[in-house]
Amino acid sequence: MIETTGPYHRPISLFWWTRRRAYLVFVLRELSSVFVAWFVVYLLMLVSAISSGGDSYQRFQDWSGQVWVLALNIVSFLFILLHMVTWFGLAPKAMVVKLRARRVPPRAVLAGHYALCVLLSAIVAWLVLR
Amino acid sequence: MSRRRSPEPFVWLLFSAGGTVTALLFPMLVFLFGIAFPLGWLSWPDHAHLLSVVQNPITKLILFGVCVLALFHWAHRFRYTLYDGLQLKRLSSAIIVLCYGGAVVGSVLAGLVLLGA
Repeated sequence: MIETTGPYHRPISLFWWTRRRAYLVFVLRELSSVFVAWFVVYLLMLVSAISSGGDSYQRFQDWSGQVWVLALNIVSFLFILLHMVTWFGLAPKAMVVKLRARRVPPRAVLAGHYALCVLLSAIVAWLVLR
Repeated sequence: MSRRRSPEPFVWLLFSAGGTVTALLFPMLVFLFGIAFPLGWLSWPDHAHLLSVVQNPITKLILFGVCVLALFHWAHRFRYTLYDGLQLKRLSSAIIVLCYGGAVVGSVLAGLVLLGA
């Protein structure tokens, strides 16, 4: 039986996102969220290992050096950089900051995000490495 | 038309907050704990130091907030990746349960791990 209700949708190939570079970047950007979730899992495993004592911390270190874990984390790092660049790139469009009734230039909003990122990264590095 | 209020703005807010928090903090965290320490570029911090960092209530609170927001960021974005990328819109309700349910379960686990630390 043929369904006659509802509007007609032109069928789209499952691989529509391979047709153009912009589509591919869009899909890669959306996929970055999977690596964000992976790193939450990794971070919680690290915290759990630290709180279980020196031996389990050592075991975590050994495990994190395994080729597949390392490869996954390197790929995650690249995806998270893509996420960072695209997210900050959208920020000036999403946020219209006004100062004394004047619009803060989009470039300044963008630079502000990167400056905050550098500051927070420095704090994290200092906290971990001191 | 349904007059029921949509939860969409609320989950979008979590998605957006999570996107900002992860963009600000994750590059350095992944670089240190995922690459630089495992590869031996930098030596792993000693156990006592990291334990004291992790046991600080302020660290716990921040880490909990970061984990929850990051998980909801994933849930929201991955939901639309499945809709658009794989054209699974017809499985919408199952996908919603999988994504936001996963984020809720992950948040509870994060809370347990951090409270127990």
